[in-house]
Amino acid sequence: MSLMSAISSISGLRDLLPHAAALVVVIPLLAGPIAVILAKARLAWLWSVLVAAAAFGLSLVLLGTVLGGETITYEMGNWPAPLGIIYYVDSLNALVISLVSGMALLALLYGWPMVEREIEPKKQAMFFGTFLICLAGLIGVAITGDAFNVFVFLEVSSISTYVLVAMGAGQNRQALTASFNYLILGTIGATFFVIGVGLLYMATGTLNMADISRLLADGDNDRVVRAAFSFIVIGLGLKTAMFPLHTWLPNAYAFSPSMIGVFLASTATKVAFYTLIRFLFSVFHAGAPFETAMFDYVLAPMAITAMIVCSVQASFQPDVRRLLAYSSVAQLGYMLLGLSMGTVAGLSAGLLHMFNHALMKGALFMAVGLATLGLGVIQVSEMRGMGKTMPLTAAGLSIAGLSLMGVPLTAGFVSKYYLVIAALERGWWWAVAAIVVSSVLAIFYIGRMIEAMYLQKPPSHGDDPVIVVRSPILAIVPLYILVAANIWFFFDPSVPKGLADSAATLLLGGGAP
Amino acid sequence: MSDLPIDIFTIIDLIIMSMLLVVGIALVRLNNLFAVVMLYGVYSLLAAIWFVSLDAVDVAFTEAAVGAGISTVLMLGAMLLTSREADPTPVLRRWTSFLIVAATGAALFYATLDMPSFGDAASPANSYVGLQYMHHTISEIGMPNVVTAVLASYRGYDTFGETVVVLTAGLGVMLILGIGVSGGQAAPSAPEVQSKTAKKSKDVSVKSTENHHIVLQVIAKMLIPIIVLYALYVQFHGDFGPGGGFQAGVILASAVILYSLIFGMEETRRAIPPRFVQIGTALGVLIYGGTGIVTLALGGKFLDYNVLNAHDPVHGQHLGIMFVEIGVLVTVASVMLAIYYGFAARYRELKDQDW
Repeated sequence: MSLMSAISSISGLRDLLPHAAALVVVIPLLAGPIAVILAKARLAWLWSVLVAAAAFGLSLVLLGTVLGGETITYEMGNWPAPLGIIYYVDSLNALVISLVSGMALLALLYGWPMVEREIEPKKQAMFFGTFLICLAGLIGVAITGDAFNVFVFLEVSSISTYVLVAMGAGQNRQALTASFNYLILGTIGATFFVIGVGLLYMATGTLNMADISRLLADGDNDRVVRAAFSFIVIGLGLKTAMFPLHTWLPNAYAFSPSMIGVFLASTATKVAFYTLIRFLFSVFHAGAPFETAMFDYVLAPMAITAMIVCSVQASFQPDVRRLLAYSSVAQLGYMLLGLSMGTVAGLSAGLLHMFNHALMKGALFMAVGLATLGLGVIQVSEMRGMGKTMPLTAAGLSIAGLSLMGVPLTAGFVSKYYLVIAALERGWWWAVAAIVVSSVLAIFYIGRMIEAMYLQKPPSHGDDPVIVVRSPILAIVPLYILVAANIWFFFDPSVPKGLADSAATLLLGGGAP
Repeated sequence: MSDLPIDIFTIIDLIIMSMLLVVGIALVRLNNLFAVVMLYGVYSLLAAIWFVSLDAVDVAFTEAAVGAGISTVLMLGAMLLTSREADPTPVLRRWTSFLIVAATGAALFYATLDMPSFGDAASPANSYVGLQYMHHTISEIGMPNVVTAVLASYRGYDTFGETVVVLTAGLGVMLILGIGVSGGQAAPSAPEVQSKTAKKSKDVSVKSTENHHIVLQVIAKMLIPIIVLYALYVQFHGDFGPGGGFQAGVILASAVILYSLIFGMEETRRAIPPRFVQIGTALGVLIYGGTGIVTLALGGKFLDYNVLNAHDPVHGQHLGIMFVEIGVLVTVASVMLAIYYGFAARYRELKDQDW
């Protein structure tokens, strides 16, 4: 409860900040170009940290307001809703916005020592500028109440992400092909999405989400609307890395700079997943026959397949970061499974898992980045003896890994528990079985790392111990903040759980933005 | 559809659409990248003509300037860095792609069955928000070009986002290829190579090229001011006719690109240094967003131009639109140049016979 009260005390500032909803996007969006002009790497980094902290503060203000039971609407250019673009914050996206800005702040703190080693000095200022634009893009997608504005900010975030992934080329040239694949598939996804939005405009004559939803309530037997639905689901499915549209993800995560891997793994697909939920439940009407059929016959089977197939793939990956990336696709399966149940309990569990997964994957990617820095670890086998050589990193990695498995005393347990309950409620026994199988596989692939770290001897050159680059304290702190969060949200999941519940009730109770 | 008489416009539309189809199929089947780039230009030009016939003049103008104009130049630039032939696509992949495209096309055809017929005044797109824009623009924004009003004011925030998209593309090129300033990978390699070759062969090749191109140089010197003037016209006439920052930015950049094609990269870099271009890419976005910050400071909402003039909101709208369009111009022109510099910095010196 202390977190709740802290947040609501901050929200006392809300009278001073009527523009918070706009500023949380505009500040990083304008700070990006300023970082480019600054041109000095360390200055640009400091600037980025300040800006991310401001964005995080503003998103907490929004979160406080939403926790107080209000929703926030902000008209851009003061044009009223269907004429202009509005920002709209409710319990669903307040959580996502706070998650994205908080993770950006942690990734930046963690990032400086990594960027210093991984990116050419001359490029660092532009790199941080691009990162801020990416942050603004992701928040912009999550906060808007306008269907076309989603596309614009999806492009802002995606294009900056392609660039940031490509910056891994300094370490491994494969980052360039990974980025190019991501670019092609991401662009196809964006095109599908915008075709869908165009068709919706044709059917309704408006781009405001609430307005579209209102007009679609009369009936979506219309073929144009069905086509729009299909195009939007496939487009966002590509962005979410929904199985089998996930092929861009493993390499993009594996070859990007460490800091970007951390940020992407914990935010990018989450925002796309949020957008999918927003469109499925508060633009389209989830109860309609066409939509229900899609949930039962497409989404749920794909989710189950992802959970099992990608967990198996993760188990056989020698490369640590690719292992974690395949695990991400499997975990997205859990979230999609929750969504496809179409019940309040299921959707809420999916949202909670989205939040928890960001915490655990963020921590895991941070720890792996440190291991690469300290010991040059790229493969699981190279992690042997890390429990002795890098005890702090190894412990952090293990705790986050336990959370990923869903062991009690970690946040991962909570969301899996609610997911199982929701599946039982729906009578989906096979889904429970899939969750169990996938969790056992997670024990296997995380177990491989833990076994290597603690049960194997460190590599040695004759009698000399291996040389370990000391982990910079600046990078250890954010790792442990995330590790602590993984434990904290087991004991007190009230804030994310409360938000997920109220969002799910709102979305399925017919409440539109 | 059936009650429409077959008039001359329908025939023109049909001809253009079938040409688009033919060009599209040719594009997919060709392996020669030079031909592909050229056909992309043709495709865009045809699309632009079609948009004119659909009365979407602003879109047509953008398509002509961006699709047929500068992107052809940039694609040629990219092609020169790779090869002129694409590897043939494996048969299996060809058929899978075909199936996916066919399924997508089928979905779109399925949608057409319930679409309102073309030009239907009662269709949602023509009767709801779109109609409100038509009614309100004159009284609220006070300019005849509704497209500019929607783009820069009613949905000005989208355009802000689009300007950032353009900047991000520029940042991508500057980060990956470099444009020869701090922050460029090419900084050590390309200009060095270029200046070395230039020094070595200064007397031989460069001089002789200059002589070759004497006619071109004279013509270019006459053309460039006119192009720049035209860009400014397009920029500031956007309130009344088709045009605005995006098109003007592209035209302005093409004037500089023409200059560099005739007078060489080194001359161009001296005239417009890469660092200047780099700052320009960011500056335009800052001008656009800065307008929004000013409106916030004056007590309005973000990008609420009404507050820019306390006595006359319509004049405030004019001011706001002018500022943001300048922002668009600066970023678009700079990014186009940045991309061009990025490619050009990587070329080996081209000889006449390479062309």
